[in-house]
This record gives sequence, structure tokens and C-alpha cells, in this order.
Amino acid sequence: MRDKTMSVEEIVGSLESGMTIGIGGWGSRRKPMALVRAICRSALEDLTVVSYGGADVGLLCAYGKVSHVVAPFVTLDSIPLEPHFRIARQTGAVRFTEYDEGMFMFGLLAAAHRLPFLPTRAGLGSDVMRVNPGLRTVRSPYEDGEELVAVPALTMDVALLHLNRADRRGNAQYLGPDPYLDDLYAKAAGRCYVTCERVVDTAGLLKEGPVQSLLISRSMVTGVAETPGGAHFTTCEPDYGRDEAFQRMYAGAAADPAAWAAFQERFLSGDEAAYQDAVRHAREESP
Amino acid sequence: MTSETTGSAIGAGGPGPGGVDDGGPATRAEVCVVACAEAFRGDGEILAAGIGGAITVLAARLARLTFEPDLITHDGVCLLTGDVPALGEDPEVIEGWLPFRDHLWLVLQGRRHVMLGASQIDKHGNTNISCIGDWARPKSQLLGVRGAPGNTVCDPTSYWIPRHSPRVFVPRVDMVSGVGYDRAAEAGASATRFHDLRRVVTNLAVLDFGAPGGAMRLVSVHPGVTVRDVVASTGFDLALPGGGTVPETRSPTTEELRLLRETLDPASLRTREVPG
Repeated sequence: MRDKTMSVEEIVGSLESGMTIGIGGWGSRRKPMALVRAICRSALEDLTVVSYGGADVGLLCAYGKVSHVVAPFVTLDSIPLEPHFRIARQTGAVRFTEYDEGMFMFGLLAAAHRLPFLPTRAGLGSDVMRVNPGLRTVRSPYEDGEELVAVPALTMDVALLHLNRADRRGNAQYLGPDPYLDDLYAKAAGRCYVTCERVVDTAGLLKEGPVQSLLISRSMVTGVAETPGGAHFTTCEPDYGRDEAFQRMYAGAAADPAAWAAFQERFLSGDEAAYQDAVRHAREESP
Repeated sequence: MTSETTGSAIGAGGPGPGGVDDGGPATRAEVCVVACAEAFRGDGEILAAGIGGAITVLAARLARLTFEPDLITHDGVCLLTGDVPALGEDPEVIEGWLPFRDHLWLVLQGRRHVMLGASQIDKHGNTNISCIGDWARPKSQLLGVRGAPGNTVCDPTSYWIPRHSPRVFVPRVDMVSGVGYDRAAEAGASATRFHDLRRVVTNLAVLDFGAPGGAMRLVSVHPGVTVRDVVASTGFDLALPGGGTVPETRSPTTEELRLLRETLDPASLRTREVPG
């Protein structure tokens, strides 16, 4: 049995500047934030990020790690607009490939199944076609003759995911209400790294949830890291919900460079353990 | 219920203390909920998807509890509710599971009527939720197009716009996220095949796209609103209904008011979205 457990530093140390990185979860839900924070601490730059975007995209933008965002939206859900992404867009700091969210899923599906594209109606008539001049349409070879958008495969070098449980081999399990598109990222990427709330024995996985919750097969996974609180401040149900107070602090700090510098100093100047400590302290101060 | 729920009503009277329906006239928010609920009339056994907030969610639930009992409604996350809970409450009965992937597939399948929002909307129903200004470097980055392109060419789509103003009702939207009638026609048969913009409900009026060429038309004005108010709040030429008279949006029935005030929204979250 191969033991694939790694530290977040080892995972991030295996990445290279200029890579295309897919990030699982959705908006401000079950995002691999421990890995995102580790990227922010690293020397990586010029990343292309493929994501149903949320705090992951925002934080990477705030640290200048991203040169290109591929996304249908970037949102914090309970706070509709992600302030750091807004700044990055409004200052021209990032290139943006903007797709409809169904198109985006078809791009993932195509990549996950080694297809060059998949056809869809989504996108037709909208300015998604205008702002992505490389997008092509394809005509059905059958009687209907329909002309549809050919969504190109969203291939990626690496996928980063956070799940509730995993074993040391890389089998990974979600226990919350929604798998999001995490399995498609795992299949679409050349390498996939999974962080989880808790590493358990393989035999322990089905004590945690039903067989349908085994979302990711070890054949898709290169490395696993246990990072309790690794999705914080996004949701990781049922282990924890979104830390709304912290998210408000994160979003509020974006409005002012001095406030953001103070936020960085307080929470993001150390490693993941220091971050989790700072979060605990903040919670104790204002319950 | 708390005394905070006594919203100011249009005209004399209003909800009694504690927000209990005492036969007082409907508030503007309540008129809006019912006007949005009417968008789902006749839809049958399909998903009524509200974009969130109070009014559209209440509209779907109210329609289901009254004239559209087979409608499918969800909890705002990924559960299809077997019962019809109050706003912000969890369902006691769950009848289905709709994680994001299945919701995206359902958009393509089409058994769904969505009520979207819009930061900008034009005469032919093109809408923008992506950004304000030049897309290449926007003055204000908003959400991104989200699902608006696919929703509008795949599913019956209505809009809820809580603040009817010339800033929202514009001659030309900055980034076409939701597809309007003119753009669908330009894009061809695949775009028009299932394209079906039903109605636009605002805090002032109900509109549709019944004017020639799929242009926006005033259908009714809410009680207390004049046609002139609506025209002045719209940044393009608005077609008026034939015959010269504009009807008034129907008022909620006593039963609808009771359901809204006592069952679905006792905390009166609706008046936060539409004051007055």
C-alpha cells in the first residue's frame, strides 16, 4: 500500500509558477483554504486558477499569485461580491476567462473524459461569446443541424480539493450535502492533491458515511494531507459551517490597505498552525 | 412575532400589531410577492427556482401553497422540500436532492422556471450581472455571468428587480449575461428554441416582452404607482398595453396575506427587500 500522506508545504512545494490549478468547492464552500494559504506563503506566481470562485480566488488575487482566472463567478455566497477579486479586476491585475456556470461544468466534464470539447446551448447569444473570442461553435451532424457552443476542455496541471475524510491511499469522502464538482477536478487534472479534516483507516471510511460518499478514488490522487479546519473560513459541513464573522472581517479588510495589512499580519503571517491559533483567539475575543 | 413586523402599509390601515393579518391592505412588498408568484402560474410540476432573497423565495412558496400545488421548491441550498417552510426555516420533510451538478443539468433539461435578478436590463430583456463598465477593465466588477447565459436560453425565465430605476433599466447593458429576445434571434435557432422570457416584476410594476420584436411592455402598475412613475424610472421607451389604460397589479387575497404574514414570513423579511 502506498502511503500518500504529505504536508501542505510538500504539496505546495511540488507546484510551479505558471501552472494551471483547479480548485474544488463552490463559492465560499469547502474550499482547500489551507493549501491556498500555503500558496500565499510560497514564492509561486503567475498561476492560472480554474474555479467556481470564492475566497480561494480572492485570497490568491490579494497575494498577487494569479495572473489568469477562469470562472463563471467569484462570490463569498453570504457576501455576494468577493472584494479582492473585484480589486484585481478593476485594476487590471488579472486576465479573466468568464464562462457560464453550466459551460464551465461541461469544460470540466470534457477534461475529465479526455474529450476536446462538449457542446451546449449555454453561452449562445450572450457576451460570453464576445469576451472569449477563442470560443467556437459546432454544428450537429444529425438532422437537427443545431449550432451549439463547443466548450473546450478545462484541462489543468493540478487540482486542489478539501474533503471531510480520506485514507492514506488517497480515497476521499465528502460528508456534507453537496459533492460540488470535486470529482471532475480530480479527473481533469494531471495531479490531484486532497486535504481533509481527518485521515482515517480505509476500513473507517464507511463508518463515517455511506458508500455513495466515497467521491474520489485513490487512482486520481497524488497526495493527501490532514488539515483540520483546512476549509476555514468556508463551509465544511458537517464538520463546521462557514465562519461568517471571520468572513466579514476578511471582506471588510479589503476596503482599506491598512486594514488589509493588519489582517494579514494578524492571521496570515505564520504557518497553518499559527493561522488556526489566531482564528481561535479571535473567536475567544468576540464569541 | 415581534412588533418590528409592522411595516408601513400603502394607504390607510396596515397589518395590525405583530404583523397578524387583520384585513389591513397589502404592503408593496406583499403585492410584489404575489406578482412574482403569478409568474409561476400554470407551471405545474417543475422547479420554481428563485434567485434568493426574500421576495422570489416567498413567491415560489406562496404559489405552491395556493394555486400551483405541484410546484417543486427548494431550500436555497440543495434540498427539495416536501413541505413549505417559513423563510429561513429548515424543511421538516425532504423530497429530493439537487446538488449543484444536478441543478446545472436541470437547467439544460428545462423542467424549471427561474426568477433571476439583474443589475442592468434593456428593452429586449438582455440583462447584466457581470460587471459595470468596459468588461476588459470594469469600473465595477460584479458577480460574473454565473448561470444567466444558460438559464435564459434553456429555461423559462422571469426577473425580479427590487429597485426600478433608469440605472437598472438601461438602453444597453454593459455585458450581456442573460440573453434577451433580440440577441437570441441573432444567435439563431439553437438560442431561440427554448428561450422564453416570461415577465419582469419590479417594486413598481409588472412588465413582459409582448411588444413587437420581443420588446418590453408595461403590463400593470402596482397599487399607488402611476404609469408616469414607471416611464420616468425606465431608461428606454416602454411600450404600453393596447387600449391606453394600464391595469393595476392585482392585490393579494386575504388568504395570501394570511399565509405570508402568519406562515411564510412572520419576521417580515419581505419588507427589508421592499420597504414601504
